[in-house]
Amino acid sequence: MNFETVIGIEVHVELKTKSKIFSPSANEFGAEPNSNVNPIDLGYPGTLPVLNEEAVNYGMKAAMALNCEIATYTKFDRKNYFYPDNPKAYQISQFDQPIGKNGWIEIEVDGKKKRIGINRVHLEEDAGKLTHGGDGYSLVDFNRQGAPLIEIVSEADMRSPEEAYAYLEKLKNIIQFTGVSDVKMEEGSLRCDANISIRPRGQERFGTKTELKNLNSFAHVQKGLEFEEKRQAELLLSGESVQHETRRFDEKTGETILMRVKEDAEDYRYFPEPDLVPLYIDDAWKERVRASIPELPDERRKRYVEEYGLPEYDAGVLTSTKEMSDFFEETIKDGIDAKQASNWLMGDISGYMNKHQKELSDLEITPQSLGKMIQLIQDGTISSKIAKRVFAELVEKGGDPEQIVEEKGWAQISDEGQLTEIITKVLDENEQSVNDFKEGHKRALGHLVGQVMKATKGQANPQMVNKILVQEMNKR
Amino acid sequence: MSHVSEDKVKQLADMLRLAVTEEEATRYTEHLNKMVEYVKCLEEVDTDGVEPMTHAIELKNVMRDDEPKQWITQEQALKNAPDHENGQFRVPAILD
Amino acid sequence: MTINNHSIKDIETMLHNNEITVKDLVESSLNRIKEVDDRVKAFITVDEENALKKAEQLDQNPNKDAKLFGIPGAIKDNIVTKGLRTTCGSQFLSNFTDPLYDATVVDKLHKAEAITVGKLNMDEFAMGSTTENSSYQITHNPWHLDHVPGGSSGGSAAAVAAGEVLFSLGTDTGGSIRQPAAFCGVVGMKPTYGRVSRFGAVAFASSLDQVGPITRTVEDNARILEVISGRDKMDMTSAHEDVPAFSEGLTGDVKGLKIAVPKEYLSEAVDPEVKEAVMNALKLYESLGATWEEVSLPHSKYAAAVYYIISSGEASANLARFDGVRYGVRSEKAKNMLDMFRFSRSEGFGDEVKKRMFLGAYALSSGNYEVYYKKAQQVRTLIKQDFDNVFANYDVIMGPTTPTPAFKIGEKNFDPMVVYARDVTTVPINLAGVPAISVPCGFSKEGLPFGLQIIGKHFAEQTIYRVAHAFEQATDFHKTLPQLGGAQ
Repeated sequence: MNFETVIGIEVHVELKTKSKIFSPSANEFGAEPNSNVNPIDLGYPGTLPVLNEEAVNYGMKAAMALNCEIATYTKFDRKNYFYPDNPKAYQISQFDQPIGKNGWIEIEVDGKKKRIGINRVHLEEDAGKLTHGGDGYSLVDFNRQGAPLIEIVSEADMRSPEEAYAYLEKLKNIIQFTGVSDVKMEEGSLRCDANISIRPRGQERFGTKTELKNLNSFAHVQKGLEFEEKRQAELLLSGESVQHETRRFDEKTGETILMRVKEDAEDYRYFPEPDLVPLYIDDAWKERVRASIPELPDERRKRYVEEYGLPEYDAGVLTSTKEMSDFFEETIKDGIDAKQASNWLMGDISGYMNKHQKELSDLEITPQSLGKMIQLIQDGTISSKIAKRVFAELVEKGGDPEQIVEEKGWAQISDEGQLTEIITKVLDENEQSVNDFKEGHKRALGHLVGQVMKATKGQANPQMVNKILVQEMNKR
Repeated sequence: MSHVSEDKVKQLADMLRLAVTEEEATRYTEHLNKMVEYVKCLEEVDTDGVEPMTHAIELKNVMRDDEPKQWITQEQALKNAPDHENGQFRVPAILD
Repeated sequence: MTINNHSIKDIETMLHNNEITVKDLVESSLNRIKEVDDRVKAFITVDEENALKKAEQLDQNPNKDAKLFGIPGAIKDNIVTKGLRTTCGSQFLSNFTDPLYDATVVDKLHKAEAITVGKLNMDEFAMGSTTENSSYQITHNPWHLDHVPGGSSGGSAAAVAAGEVLFSLGTDTGGSIRQPAAFCGVVGMKPTYGRVSRFGAVAFASSLDQVGPITRTVEDNARILEVISGRDKMDMTSAHEDVPAFSEGLTGDVKGLKIAVPKEYLSEAVDPEVKEAVMNALKLYESLGATWEEVSLPHSKYAAAVYYIISSGEASANLARFDGVRYGVRSEKAKNMLDMFRFSRSEGFGDEVKKRMFLGAYALSSGNYEVYYKKAQQVRTLIKQDFDNVFANYDVIMGPTTPTPAFKIGEKNFDPMVVYARDVTTVPINLAGVPAISVPCGFSKEGLPFGLQIIGKHFAEQTIYRVAHAFEQATDFHKTLPQLGGAQ
């Protein structure tokens, strides 16, 4: 039987406001346990939530970037459940009036573009962190309690694990460009769960879905979904049925493991939060937030093609992260050739980052120094070959390319007299090649150029070397 | 006349994280049924098109600026805790 | 000296003329507590040491312009006090010795240089109307010790009535300030929702709770409310209204005042003696130039049902935080996580609290929300509209605060539905969010006080105080002091 896969994804993104969403504690990652907490975060008796306007703005901004309709009236609700990391035993969230709904983003898989619907984007508070100890006890740190979150719920529009991967990459990319979150999975500022079901092709009704948790990277999401796709198909083919359950991805085996069977949906007893007043988001407020959204990856990509004449592929790679894209824009600011800048970024710089497992911000080279180096190539001060050496210096130690060239004496030799002198000497030493050239063996020229370069440690201006060589040989 | 079963009350007790004895379950079931019977009077009120009221006074868009403030220390945070260890609250694990 | 026959204004003059010191004043309060509180049992905690320390400080550095300079008061034990145990009348918080912060109202009192002498008994988490639901002690009515003081702010009303403090703070979710004030013959104000910050008042039902003062006189009451009112950035539901100087608007003038008397407040269930006292009060107002007419608040009969659903629903969430992780008493039986929750909560909470949580969780659970909770919120809108309609034509609404005087301790064990029926005069006020005061308006043959309830429009506390003050000045009820008689 031929199956179709149906995938929906829920993503939680932590917003990087300075303070928490409902309390003035600092919102930062990695502090001493329970040092960024106050009585509100600890759910102390008598405390009340105090809503952070910036969290609302950030949430709205993200929702707008995901093409959502923004609610005019919205409010908060209490979601009730007990857990040691949930200090009030309710989470302040949004139930029936999310700040954004009916959005979409466009993904591309195998050259095919597709829109994935965003069902809703809502604001809520994060919980604390429970660490399971080995001695029958668990420990709770409430630093994360109250960090502002948005939950982004996709429509069940994805039809393959590749699409799920592309969706997550694109989502992360867009949110990163808005600047409302670091979207770092390793720090937990982006977390996701995936729902997957399969159905015989042509069947309209969805199959029973399973929910995947413990997905620590997008690659794991894809692998987990691939495993699950296969597991469900095998079940159905052997006449069994898929159970509605939550499964954990095990990164060692690449398999999904049953966590718990979902019985009746948990009853969260949602009701409107009486401690917070409703929000009325008028057009002026919406416009203010909309105006603060920077250019998003798709727009940039388009502009790179139209304005700088970059190939689609280059534009796509450059806008795959905000860091790369910003680095690129900064590099070409003063009229530096865009294609050259793009080549360096996509080639040597990306190569270096991959090889050394480094981020762009970890490198010593700056947009300014890269730009200057390209400038030196363009004005003939250094050759492309020498540029590789300059780059090696810049990427490791940084510095000013002009100074490096100067200090190392790497400037290209473009002085006609000096070159003629060197070339005369080379010709004297290579009579055979001169004769070959004269007899029409064009290849001899290459050999002679090589000899000149060798004599100048590669610093001779190649165009001039060619020209002078031919001139001088013709004189003989 | 019983509308709410004792099983439902036990379910609610689970949801509320309250340990109840059989005797208590019976008693709370009895009380809850009385209350549920009493509040049935609301059924006779026509509320078609009536907005539900969550707040006693009308306020909107009350928010604070995004300014972090230090308020209490880690030591104070743990001061009333029944159990703590290494700056964290300690609780029994999920299973024995 | 004794403080129980002086007003705050008198005391202020005495302090100003150096006839007494703050220490005298605080000692007199503490002595009175020592003298009578073993019979009244209004206090859960007395903070003698800090009260005296503060008194000495004030005597050394007098700031006699402060609005409540040196005035001894006490706080209901569900309002948090930094460094001072706050129990909410519950065993769960018996070890909650330092809530880490002061409630905004406490902070405001202290900035006005009032002195907190202790924390007052109450029904556990403010759920009840007799103070018998306290898990610490039963408070006795100073007018008749074998009667209840009312509740849930029973300790707050009894402490003022017994002359232990000059004022107290209570909280009112469905009548919890006004009913005990009526039972104890003192003045109790439930301000407009949002007038006073709830930050630090441990939530029972967030959309109904208000903190308010209990005092011997209307003027004292107005003065306390002046101090504790105002927008609080820590309470997003607090109102942005200006706070008038309530105590300066007490002109005694009620000429042309239009009083509405809802027929629902004077039903068959109202004790004839109470009815008579209210009718006498209305006659008195007429003699002062006011007029009154009977009106109807047609949805009043649904108010108790609406109240029990909404308050219990909100309470079921508000009380979920008491889980034994960060504060409070963790059960000895907490061998695993689930048991920590279940046993800590079942051992820490009393019966009434549990009953309300069951109702609240039931009303909010899936499938029931629309039928119960949302329905109650819709009827709440209609109840508020009843008030709007009446206030379109009248300045104030009056009636008895309670249909009967205080009942005997232990008498509550009849049909709970009858107890709930008593809420008809008090809970609609919280549902509508309007302000209301209870002032003494008479005594039963047994010598138990009655209260006249005066209800105003949103934020019309000044009108209420003026109207209440005019009545008080024309009567002597507030001058009679309880003798702490009757068997305990």
